[in-house]
Amino acid sequence: MKDVPYISRPNRPLGVYAILYLAFLYIPVLFLPLFSFNDSLFIAFPLRGFTTNWYQQMLADEQMHAALMNSIKVGAASSVIATILGVFGAKAVTRFRMPGQKPVVAVIMLPLVIPEIILGVALLILLSRLGIPLSLYTITLGHILICVPFSMATLITRFEGFDKSMEEAAADLGDNAWWAFWRVTVPMVFPGILASLLLCFTISFDEFIMAFFLASTEPTLPIFIWGQLRFPQKLPSVLALGACILVISFVVVFFSQWLSRRGTSALPEAGV
Amino acid sequence: MATNNAYIRIEQVSKRFGSVVAVDQVDVSIAGGEFFSLLGASGCGKTTLLRMLAGFESPTSGEIYIDGAAMSGVPPHKRPTNMVFQNYAIFPHLNVHRNIAYGLRSERVTGKEAIKRVDEALELVKLQGFGDRRSNELSGGQRQRVALARALIRRPKVLLLDEPLGALDKKLREEMQLELRALQQSLNITFIFVTHDQEEAMALSDRIAVMSGGKTLQISTPKKIYNNPVNAEVANFIGQMNFLDASVVGLANGEALLDVAGWGRLKVSSRAEYLRCGANVLAAIRPEKLRLSDRRPADSENCVQGVIEAAAYLGDRSHFHVAVEGNDKPIAVAAQEVRVSPGESLDRGSRVWISWASDSLILLDKAEK
Amino acid sequence: MKWLPRLRALLMRSEALRGYTLLSPTLIVMVFSMCAPFAIMVAMSFWTQHAFEFDTSFSLANYKEAVDSPVYEALLVRSLKIAGFCAIATVLISYPMAYYVAFHIHRRKLLWIILMTLPFWTSYLLRVFAWKIILGYNGVINSGLKTVGLIEQPLDFLLYSPTAVVITLAHAWAAFAILPLYVSLEKIDRSLLEAAADLGDGPVARFLRITFPLSLPGVIAAMLIIFIPTVGDYVTPTLVGGPNGLMMANIIQANFGKVNNWPMGAALAVGMMVIVAVITLIYMWVTRKAVERIA
Repeated sequence: MKDVPYISRPNRPLGVYAILYLAFLYIPVLFLPLFSFNDSLFIAFPLRGFTTNWYQQMLADEQMHAALMNSIKVGAASSVIATILGVFGAKAVTRFRMPGQKPVVAVIMLPLVIPEIILGVALLILLSRLGIPLSLYTITLGHILICVPFSMATLITRFEGFDKSMEEAAADLGDNAWWAFWRVTVPMVFPGILASLLLCFTISFDEFIMAFFLASTEPTLPIFIWGQLRFPQKLPSVLALGACILVISFVVVFFSQWLSRRGTSALPEAGV
Repeated sequence: MATNNAYIRIEQVSKRFGSVVAVDQVDVSIAGGEFFSLLGASGCGKTTLLRMLAGFESPTSGEIYIDGAAMSGVPPHKRPTNMVFQNYAIFPHLNVHRNIAYGLRSERVTGKEAIKRVDEALELVKLQGFGDRRSNELSGGQRQRVALARALIRRPKVLLLDEPLGALDKKLREEMQLELRALQQSLNITFIFVTHDQEEAMALSDRIAVMSGGKTLQISTPKKIYNNPVNAEVANFIGQMNFLDASVVGLANGEALLDVAGWGRLKVSSRAEYLRCGANVLAAIRPEKLRLSDRRPADSENCVQGVIEAAAYLGDRSHFHVAVEGNDKPIAVAAQEVRVSPGESLDRGSRVWISWASDSLILLDKAEK
Repeated sequence: MKWLPRLRALLMRSEALRGYTLLSPTLIVMVFSMCAPFAIMVAMSFWTQHAFEFDTSFSLANYKEAVDSPVYEALLVRSLKIAGFCAIATVLISYPMAYYVAFHIHRRKLLWIILMTLPFWTSYLLRVFAWKIILGYNGVINSGLKTVGLIEQPLDFLLYSPTAVVITLAHAWAAFAILPLYVSLEKIDRSLLEAAADLGDGPVARFLRITFPLSLPGVIAAMLIIFIPTVGDYVTPTLVGGPNGLMMANIIQANFGKVNNWPMGAALAVGMMVIVAVITLIYMWVTRKAVERIA
């Protein structure tokens, strides 16, 4: 107690609350892997023995494989394109003085605050009026729409974190815009690019609503899962799939957040 | 030595942060109504000591007594002290009036009485009419006064000030120094003032504690610290000082005969215990106690010859650097007047005589640090 | 191609033009995939549908029906209530956690921040599904309580109710809404708290008079972040809402699905957006006034 300044004295009840809060946050989700190993069709206590049946069942499911591949394709495409758009956008916003910049950026960030169902419905209407058939491409477009704000936000932070004069120095030393971009800008914002790619991929991979509205006969993984939820016999293998997805997204997002926050002033570090 | 009737007693207080010793066995007594300064360079422990008085840190060992009561375990909001923070810590979401009135809530002062007290406080710091302003509408000097008013409205017996004038420009700082001193004397409360500016400490304080490395080197009045620094570190910290290596060649009747390199044999009066024949000591003399002339002075038996290396004319006085044979560092001389024969001037390269009065020379033990 | 050097010269001179050129791909995508669709959606809300044909003549029939029919009104009110409760509940449970990490964690703060926001980035569908299996009639809570012997019959009020929707959504949003709360708490200058302590305030007074008022911007932002998307949520009411927990999004989706009345769906969507926008503006106006009063 003597070692810590008075203002920072530990607060035991709050510490207990923090643990309870984290438990509340994580335990519901941890039931999925828990019951995925349970030897029973029913997702209920008491537990009835360990089995990997459901995992085997899941792994053998052809339809699931197809949906998984679709999700990966859509995820890869949306994350790459959204990140590219985010890089250009972030560079434009942080390096150039543009009149009307604030409202324009606000518009780009709009998808963050608009319910996805509205974005999905609106895009569906436009596509149908234009006669464009629904497919994985239309899903990709929808995902790009919702990923761009996240990509911009991540990259704006990164761009603001490094000094403009680096690019000016590159120009001074003979590089035109294109070369300076590849030799100076990209290496310096690279962690941000990586974080944006990971983040956008995760968002697209897990996204359900827009995909639901913009899909045709080729489902993405979340759409596939949604369909399976109607069949009780399929539930445990859905849990197995869910558990796998959970673990992978945990790991991916953990690293993405680590990368994007490390070395930037996005969030202040602990200062004593 | 902590004396029993002092208002504040800091008894053998130490503070450790991990393996770093920030405050090392400090022992001070401070009287009521005293303007007491903690003076030292950054990292010497003065701010940590102040924060322990306020209650924001707890001593690792030792005890602090204020008005006879032990302060360990007493949280900041229950102590009879109030603090003016270095960055002023003005609450951004409250206007000036509410900032100053903040401390009245815990004293249960409300309504008309509170308004009256706030107006009094504003008058005290000469900010009448500023009540409605917000903190981002105030200049640095004004925020400083608000911080002061906010602390003083609680009528504390002890006011702690953490380098309050550091952020102000020179002229404003000097004005505020005078005001602070006047305020302290009219209110007759104890001020404990932390600063790294020795001129400031000298100008304002009744007593100064010179600190370094967590320890107090000397606690005394400004005059004594200046004229009788206890060791070379204190001497060097306060004002300018010329240091000369010397060895003791004779001792008699409270006088020592020194052999000073380049200066010859000099007599110094000292009863210091560390003096022995053959001991190596430091002789020290303030630049302003040295006089310059172009001819050998007839009225002084203490003199030495040298050559001017650098001269700076500063209006009210002149600074010289004089090279004396046998000394590798030039001697600094700050003279208000110099004795020059008509037609001569003292410039770079001129030969000069340095002279001084016998009692201007101080002896410092070389070993003590 | 004679205009190319002229264009290049123009670009060199105008920083704004260069900036917007760089921004243009992004803007084009956003306009095409969001602004244009909105425009068409608004337009379509004034059409009517007969079987599989659209009657594109201007008509307010959809809006009239939306206003007249009590069903839509009930659904809208329920959606707003659920979203409101959810926002309040989420902020209430997340605030102490944000406070703890901001003020009482001194080492490995990054780890804690990631820990408390991680769940948000995982599959939303799976998280809602997890609550379905927890709250179900034969679900985790009921079977667990039965096994332990605390109850005889399963509790049937847990699932398929507005309450289930609120709980599920609060859990879903907690990990995201905590961020603005955390940032605004972290920004508070610690010396302000020391000054307040110095001036006589104990811990509770310090919280009420300094910490909470200065964290208000974060609270306001968090409420908004939760409220707006929740009003239009589809997955949660479908999985755990039951007939009493259905929300606006369900009926909008129905119009594009089984009911097959696109213009009606468009009108409902536009209506919902307008109402949410109005509520948001009122909210921001009110909170700005309140913050000015306190501050």
